[in-house]
Amino acid sequence: MAIYDGLFDSLGLRDWCDAEASDGPMSMADLLAKTAGDNGDSAGTPLHDLPFPSLDALNDACAAIPQSRDLTSGLETGFLGIRDALRFVVDPLTQPLSWALENMLWLMTETPWWAMMPILLLITWAVARSWKVVGFVALVVAGLAFVDHYEVAMQTLAIIFVCAFICVLIGVPIGIAMSRSDRLQGVLTPVLDMLQTLPPFVYLIPLIFLFSVTEPKLYGIAVILYAIVPVVRLTNLGIRLVDPDVIEAADAFGMTKSQKLFGVQIPLALPNIMAGVNQTIMMSLAMVVIASMVSAPGLGILVLRGIRNLELGVGLVAGLGIVVLAIALDRVTKASLARIDASQASR
Amino acid sequence: MTEKNVKVSIRHLYKIFGANPPAALEKVKAGMSKTDLLDQTGHVLGLQDINVDMKEGEITVIMGLSGSGKSTLIRHLNRLIEPTAGEVLVNGEDILSWNDSQMRTLRREKMSMVFQKFALLPHRTVLENAGMALATRGKKRAEFEGEARKWLERVGLEGQDDQYPHQLSGGMQQRVGIARALASNSDIMLMDEAFSALDPLIRTDMQDLLLELQEELHKTIIFITHDLDEALKLADHLVILKDGAVVQQGEPQKILLNPADPYIEDFVADINRARVLRVRSIMTEAAPAGEIAGDVDPADNLESVIARAGGAMDRAYRVVRNGETLGYVDLAEIMRALVPRETGAAA
Ligand SMILES: Nc1ncnc2c1ncn2[C@@H]1O[C@H](COP(=O)(O)OP(=O)(O)O)[C@@H](O)[C@H]1O
Ligand SMILES: [Mg+2]
Repeated sequence: MAIYDGLFDSLGLRDWCDAEASDGPMSMADLLAKTAGDNGDSAGTPLHDLPFPSLDALNDACAAIPQSRDLTSGLETGFLGIRDALRFVVDPLTQPLSWALENMLWLMTETPWWAMMPILLLITWAVARSWKVVGFVALVVAGLAFVDHYEVAMQTLAIIFVCAFICVLIGVPIGIAMSRSDRLQGVLTPVLDMLQTLPPFVYLIPLIFLFSVTEPKLYGIAVILYAIVPVVRLTNLGIRLVDPDVIEAADAFGMTKSQKLFGVQIPLALPNIMAGVNQTIMMSLAMVVIASMVSAPGLGILVLRGIRNLELGVGLVAGLGIVVLAIALDRVTKASLARIDASQASR
Repeated sequence: MTEKNVKVSIRHLYKIFGANPPAALEKVKAGMSKTDLLDQTGHVLGLQDINVDMKEGEITVIMGLSGSGKSTLIRHLNRLIEPTAGEVLVNGEDILSWNDSQMRTLRREKMSMVFQKFALLPHRTVLENAGMALATRGKKRAEFEGEARKWLERVGLEGQDDQYPHQLSGGMQQRVGIARALASNSDIMLMDEAFSALDPLIRTDMQDLLLELQEELHKTIIFITHDLDEALKLADHLVILKDGAVVQQGEPQKILLNPADPYIEDFVADINRARVLRVRSIMTEAAPAGEIAGDVDPADNLESVIARAGGAMDRAYRVVRNGETLGYVDLAEIMRALVPRETGAAA
């Protein structure tokens, strides 16, 4: 006899309960309860021990009620059911991502260091236009190379470059579309909120089911989903914050929609968009470390090794490497942001 | 003086802000007041039954207190705001029936606008801002450079071409705004409180600049202000707006001498009538009995005539232009004109 028997009896549901009864395999908890001594009198249960009417507790009284484990296994079979269809659509769509990641990883690790380092510094100069920042980046890369972390650092950078680039490529147009339609903003804002609040581990789970762990797009998608949020948000915000007086002037002088977008709105939203890109890059770095659990190469692998094998030194050096890499990326993007701000320091 | 063509004309224009303007319009036409409309239906009566003719080559000044609907009215002329009912005629054509591309042509080539808060593009240089109208028409920098520079020099901004707007003072920014409007080579200029944000001295300079330019260019200017002195200085035709309706319009001197209602009396109470009123507004055809002390110009203000009389109250003057006698004034008449007239009192 279970505690909630009386409830079902009084509601007259006893027949329904027993008709559905199928003695499935018992859960561990049931077995434990059995062995603990089934004294069989529900009336004697003190209030203190009254269980919450959860699925499992109700199942004890009425077998027609499913157990909690049925819920989780139901989700699982449901997901497996649509997996093939989902894969059929998503797989070809995301194939270029795998391809881009593989090639970038190959390019950045196979190029000899004496060619790669000047190229990185040139890019830094092009973006930041500051000798101080170039010097700092040189120091960081050389330092990482000196402690033989050059290759893993390049792998991490390669993944960040590809993912952040795709985030901007997709995120900026989405942000622009959001700024033009209040309805789209209403629909997308909760989605963005969800992407930002879900712990990254959680969306790794369905991705693992969807793709094989050997495919780079698995972690590519995880990184992009996590890191795309700020660039979308700040593009939307940036365009909405453009001075309405200036927009009115653009209208009054007969600008077309696209003249207005490319000649006024995007340039004036650029500081905000660049702040979004900065955050996107920083979040890519955070996620690429976590994604090493699903075989993303790079510094994260070493951190993971440090945790798994308790190799304290390995983990700490790699962790420190991530920190200096993060600082370098932040400095470079902030410097370019400052450059944009300076050229239009408007109020 | 030859009768000038009507360039822009507004007929029975209504503008109601709110959820269902047509329904509210019925109520307004049935006689509901602005406050009742707001209380009972939540609609804002922006403009009601506006009829104004703006003549070619003249400055039409629209004056009213803040919130009287001036900005709303001027924005109907280039359809930055769509009316609830009525017609807007430019060169005799009803622009409300025009499609997007016709409106763009109008805004690019026929009507330019100067804004209270300047509304320059903060990310473009002074030269690029001045050439904005031409650039919008698809001209390359090399093509519009000469024209833009010419107008910048004309408004007194030599050598500032490569500055950004935020590097200039307010007065200089508005000079760029005026150069931008002039460089579009449109014959109609809309100016919404163009000088209201400037310091008094700079404001006087800008008014003088506008009059000087107008002397030479003969544009059709629609100028908005809340300042009576400015209105009297600039206006060929003065329209006084109150709560979205025209309370009086006509030649400024006439309005000053014969205010139509207490609202306008309040407006005109504080001004220096001796400086604003001109001889031609009060001269009479019949020669006075006494001796004629000399000749005056019809455009002379009363202050200068009083100064000439040197305090004597018994002088009379002949009004002469180009050798032709237009009429006579005597000091007694001048003194009467200096006292504001109560509505309803005998003239
Ligand atoms: N978009 C709008 N929605 C509702 N009310 C408006 C809107 N635009 C203007 N108004 C109202 O119309 C009136 C006139 O405004 P405006 O033309 O800006 O006045 P002014 O330029 O003379 O100061 C004000 O009462 C204002 O509140
Ligand atoms: Mg206004």
